[in-house]
Amino acid sequence: MLTDLLLQAALLGGLYTLFALGQSLMFGVMRLTNTAHGDFIVLGAFGGIAGLVLLGASGEAVIVVSIALLPLAFGFGWALQRYVLNGTLGRDPLPSLVVTFGLAIVIQNLLLELFSADPRSIETGGFNTRSLALGGDTAVGALPLVILVLAVAATAGLQWLFSSTAIGRSFRAVSDDREVAELMGLHAGKVYALATGIAFVLVALAGLLQAMRTTVSPADGPLLLLFAFEAVIIGGMGSFWGTLAGGMLLGLAQQVGFRLDPGWGIWAGHLVFLAVLVLRPQGLFPKTR
Amino acid sequence: MTLLSTHGLQAFYGDAQALFGIDFELRPGELVAIIGANGAGKSTFLKCLTGLVKAPRDAVRFKGEPIGGLPPGQIVRRGLALVPEGRRLFPSLSVEENLLMGATVGRQGPWNLRRLYALFPILQERRKNPGTALSGGQQQMVAIGRALMGNPEVLLCDELSLGLAPIVIREIYNAMPGITAEGMTVVIVEQDVATAQRVSSRLYCFQEGRVSLSGASASVTREQISRAYFGV
Repeated sequence: MLTDLLLQAALLGGLYTLFALGQSLMFGVMRLTNTAHGDFIVLGAFGGIAGLVLLGASGEAVIVVSIALLPLAFGFGWALQRYVLNGTLGRDPLPSLVVTFGLAIVIQNLLLELFSADPRSIETGGFNTRSLALGGDTAVGALPLVILVLAVAATAGLQWLFSSTAIGRSFRAVSDDREVAELMGLHAGKVYALATGIAFVLVALAGLLQAMRTTVSPADGPLLLLFAFEAVIIGGMGSFWGTLAGGMLLGLAQQVGFRLDPGWGIWAGHLVFLAVLVLRPQGLFPKTR
Repeated sequence: MTLLSTHGLQAFYGDAQALFGIDFELRPGELVAIIGANGAGKSTFLKCLTGLVKAPRDAVRFKGEPIGGLPPGQIVRRGLALVPEGRRLFPSLSVEENLLMGATVGRQGPWNLRRLYALFPILQERRKNPGTALSGGQQQMVAIGRALMGNPEVLLCDELSLGLAPIVIREIYNAMPGITAEGMTVVIVEQDVATAQRVSSRLYCFQEGRVSLSGASASVTREQISRAYFGV
């Protein structure tokens, strides 16, 4: 019973981690709060759905579309940062909030116009209902397990990129002191664009998996943003393992809530988020240096 | 032959004018000091040279080309590196990572990690530590090393001695011959007049955004300097 609870919490937490990592990356590198984050996840999901409409639905098509969407998302994120969001950065956080809020409205209405308000999903040829028996009466869904593995791998990958590569070094340098980083010959605008490109690969991945696991509709964005935001805040800004922990804690809180009463799950997640904000506003694992 | 020069350089912070027509000249291999009171415009002058403060294109010339107001990244690629006031190491980078950031410009030359660790052995010992965990003097070594890693032709040092104990200041300046021996041209901005006069071949004194005195460091007298410093 308890094992099952923890297992389900981890699986849900993996999904929330994937929602949150892109946000965590963008906030860590350029202090940019992207209020359209959830809508971009939904946009990624509909990008996959549109691709499958073109190619026809089959197991191979799902794989082809998924792989093709990721570099597209990178280019989209890169260009969005370079030509739109860089212009909003500065001491004042308001311009970036207003612009991304505006983008959220544009995306929601564009998707509503193109795809109607019907919930849609990506058909994975039965993979989303397959499960693995773990002995006793415990079983895990194959798709949630894949999501969890991808979430942990993405977290470890981002942490490695940040701490052990020249790209990560430039991310940290522009985040620490943009002026001095430019004195070293870095072009901060291009570094930011690279960070957002990587963040959008994760955003597209999260969108695809969300559409495989359940359904998406054009108005889903704000709720997904909220989950992502809660995971980042609970974990502590600027730490990817913290984001993973935040996603897991949010997943656990929601699973406990769901077991108490099916209507309480999301609400229990919000309560834990509020409790962390009150008791430990810097989050569980804030960047220490 | 002139390596770097400014011609009637004026600079502004918003509406406030900080520099009122600076004429400055730097020849290859020199170590030139700029002295002057707080607010005389010394740091602003270095920021104009490196692109951090806007300057008219023709007011700054480097190797015969106008470079005033170019983006900082382009100026450092041409070989003009700044050791900024207050050191400004990247707090989330280790000592070695801070040094490697300086090599981002990709210029070839004698300076690399190995040479730098030979110049400042303590940095090799502490290369895994966060830059900001070091003492002030060691942080200054990292800041100098970071600029050297870009193999500049001109090294501009802003207030190396700021907040450091006299013995540490001496240690830092003792490293200067090891830097200039390769033919590096150096400009130091320095509050400590005695140190500035001792280590430099020529000096400029700034007062309220103007050059109030310039000449060979060995030949200017204390009286001339105090007149140029305070305008009395």
